[in-house]
Amino acid sequence: MSPKTLYDKIWDAHVAHEADDGTCLLYIDRHLVHEVTSAQAFEGLRMAGRKVRAPEKTIAVPDHNVPTTEGRDDPAQMTEESRIQVQALDTNAREFGVHYYPVSDVRQGIVHIVGPEQGWTLPGMTVVCGDSHTATHGAFGALAHGIGTSEVEHVLATQTLIQKKSKNMKVEITGKLKPGVTAKDITLAVIGETGTGGGTGYVIEYCGEAIRDLSMEGRMTVCNMAIEGGARAGLIAPDETTYAYVKGRPHAPKAGAFEQALEYWKTLFTDEGAHFDKVVTLKGEDIQPVVTWGTSPEDVLPITGVVPHPEDFEGGKVEAARRSIDYMGLTPGQKLTDIEIDTVFIGSCTNGRIEDFRAVAEVVKGKKIKDGMRAMIVPGSGLVRAQAEEEGLADIFREAGFEWRLAGCSMCLAMNPDQLSEGERCAATSNRNFEGRQGYKGRTHLVSPAMAAAAALTGKLTDIRELM
Amino acid sequence: MEKFETFSGIAAPMPLVNIDTDMIIPKVFLKSIARTGFGANLFDEMRFNRDGTEIPEFVLNKAQYRKSQILIAGDNFGCGSSREHAPWALDDFGIKVIVSTSFADIFFNNSFKNGMLPIVLPQEQVDVLMADAEKGENARMTVDLEAQEITTSDGDVIKFEVDAFKKHCLLNGLDDIGLTMEKEASIDAFEAKAGAARPWV
Repeated sequence: MSPKTLYDKIWDAHVAHEADDGTCLLYIDRHLVHEVTSAQAFEGLRMAGRKVRAPEKTIAVPDHNVPTTEGRDDPAQMTEESRIQVQALDTNAREFGVHYYPVSDVRQGIVHIVGPEQGWTLPGMTVVCGDSHTATHGAFGALAHGIGTSEVEHVLATQTLIQKKSKNMKVEITGKLKPGVTAKDITLAVIGETGTGGGTGYVIEYCGEAIRDLSMEGRMTVCNMAIEGGARAGLIAPDETTYAYVKGRPHAPKAGAFEQALEYWKTLFTDEGAHFDKVVTLKGEDIQPVVTWGTSPEDVLPITGVVPHPEDFEGGKVEAARRSIDYMGLTPGQKLTDIEIDTVFIGSCTNGRIEDFRAVAEVVKGKKIKDGMRAMIVPGSGLVRAQAEEEGLADIFREAGFEWRLAGCSMCLAMNPDQLSEGERCAATSNRNFEGRQGYKGRTHLVSPAMAAAAALTGKLTDIRELM
Repeated sequence: MEKFETFSGIAAPMPLVNIDTDMIIPKVFLKSIARTGFGANLFDEMRFNRDGTEIPEFVLNKAQYRKSQILIAGDNFGCGSSREHAPWALDDFGIKVIVSTSFADIFFNNSFKNGMLPIVLPQEQVDVLMADAEKGENARMTVDLEAQEITTSDGDVIKFEVDAFKKHCLLNGLDDIGLTMEKEASIDAFEAKAGAARPWV
C-alpha cells in the first residue's frame, strides 16, 4: 500500500460514495451549528418537508450575536434582529431535536471552543460548521472546515457533503520557540510567509518540534487560522497531548470504548514517504512576536519592524497596501512600536481559552492598564470563564482595569454590541483585521494574548520581550 | 435553482486583490434570516457613505456599471468568512459571473450552490477582460457555460475550465440535496460500516 498522509487517511475513512469524476460524498461525523448561518438552512428543510438525518451528531450553540455583559438574559440587550436570529436557533434546535446549549447554559460559548471542551471533537473525525474557523478542530487530527448555508442544509439533510479532495500541504515548524513567541505568532508568521491565498486548494498538516511542543490550546490557535492562509483545513496529528485533553470529557468515549478509540487514533499520522504537493518550513527559533499592520492577515511583521511602503510590494498588492495603510491611518516607515492604541480585545475562537488568559494574567498581574484604555477580556465559553475565576485570573484582570465579560464571539466580528467606533485602534487576539471587521472604520492589529496584554499596559503596540 | 443560461452582460472591473467577504457584505447585514434582499447592501462600506448617499467613485455606482452582471476581480476574491450572504448579495444585485485569478475555497463553493459561476483564469487573460470591462457599458461580454467560453466585446474568445459535475448542476439547475438523497443507500451502508468500525463516533 502506498504511504498516505494524515489527510488521505481521514478522507479515505469517510467517503460514502465516489462518482467516476472523483466527486465524493464525504460523511460528516460532527456538525456544529450557530445562529448566523443556519436559519435559512433549517427553513429550507422545513419547506421541503425534510428532517435532520443525524440530530445526535448535530450540536447547536448561539455565539455571534449574544451580548457579553451581565444580565444578558434581558432581551433589551440585543437588537431586534439579533434577538430574532438567536430565537430562530432556539426554535430550530428544539424542533429538529439537535444537541443545544442555550445562552442560559453555563456551557454556552463560541462554537469552536464548546465543541472540543465537551468532547464532541475527536481525532479522525470529519467536523463541519457554517463558519470558516471550523479549521480550529483540526488541532485534534480531525478534518474540519467551514461551509456555507446551502451546505449546512445539505449536511443537516444527508449528513454528507459533496466534495472533491484537496491537495496535501505540509507546514513544518522545526526546533524550539524563543521566549515571548506563541502559537499565535506561529500561525501569523506562516500566513505572512504563504499569503492569504497560499493555502487555497490545500489541506495543511502542521508538524515539527515546535508544533509537537504546543498544548491543545496552542494547536487550536494554529489550526484556527489555517483558513486565513486560504487552506480548506489545518491538521495536527494526534499524540499523547491530544489523548490527555480528550480523556474524560463529557462526550468523549468512556472506559473500554476509549481504549478501542485510542488504538485507532494511534494510526492517524502521515506515513513515512507520503507525498505532499507543497512544503513550507520555518525555523521555530526564527519566529518573532508579530503584529499585523494592514487589513489582511498576510500583512504580518515582527514587532521590531516598521510600516512598509506600498512600493515594497508587487502587482495588485501595491494598490492593496496603499489602501490598507490609508485605512489604518499609518505612515510608511513608522515604527510598529510607536503605534498608539485605545482598545484591547482579548478573546475569540483563536485566543479565548484558559491558556490564553493565563498568559495575559502573567503580564498584567499587579499592574494597571493605561489611563483611558478600553480593555475587554471575553472568555470563549462559560466554562473557561468559571475556570479563570477559580484560578484567580478574573480578579487579576479586574484589578488591572479590564472588563471581564461573559462568553461569546464579541468584538472579533462585532455582531453583538461590542464594537469599535470610527477611527478607534485595537490590539486584538482575534483572527481578522479586515476593513470594518470590528466596527465601521475601526482599525485592528492582530497579536498574541501576551502582546495584547502588553499593549493594554503601555498604550502602544509593544514587544512583549521588553516586559519579560 | 435556476438554470444557468448563456447571456451577454456588462462587466465591472474591480482590480483590488483580496476582496474579502466582510467587504462584500458587512456583518451588520447578516442578521436577516432570509436568503434575499442582500443586494441593496452589497459592498456597503465601499459603496455608501454613512448617511446612505452613494460614493460616486465606487465602480458599481458609476452610471455605466449599475447594471453589471459580471465582475472582473483581483486575486483571492471572497476570502474570509463562510457567509453565504456574500454570494447571495452579489446574486441579488444581479452579478452572475465573477472572474479572477483565484477564489477562496468556501466562497467558490457557495457561489455554485446559488447558480452563479466563478471563473478562474490566468493573470494575462484576466488582464484582457479587465481592460475590456474598463470600456464600460458598451463593452458587453458573453458567457457561454456549455462551450466554456467568454467572448469579449472585441470578439476575442477566452476558454475556461469548470468542474464537470458543477457545470452539469448549473446548466440543469439541479438541487444538490435531491441528488444526494438519490444515493441514500450508499449513506446507509457507510453508516453501518463506520458505526461498526468506530462505534464511539
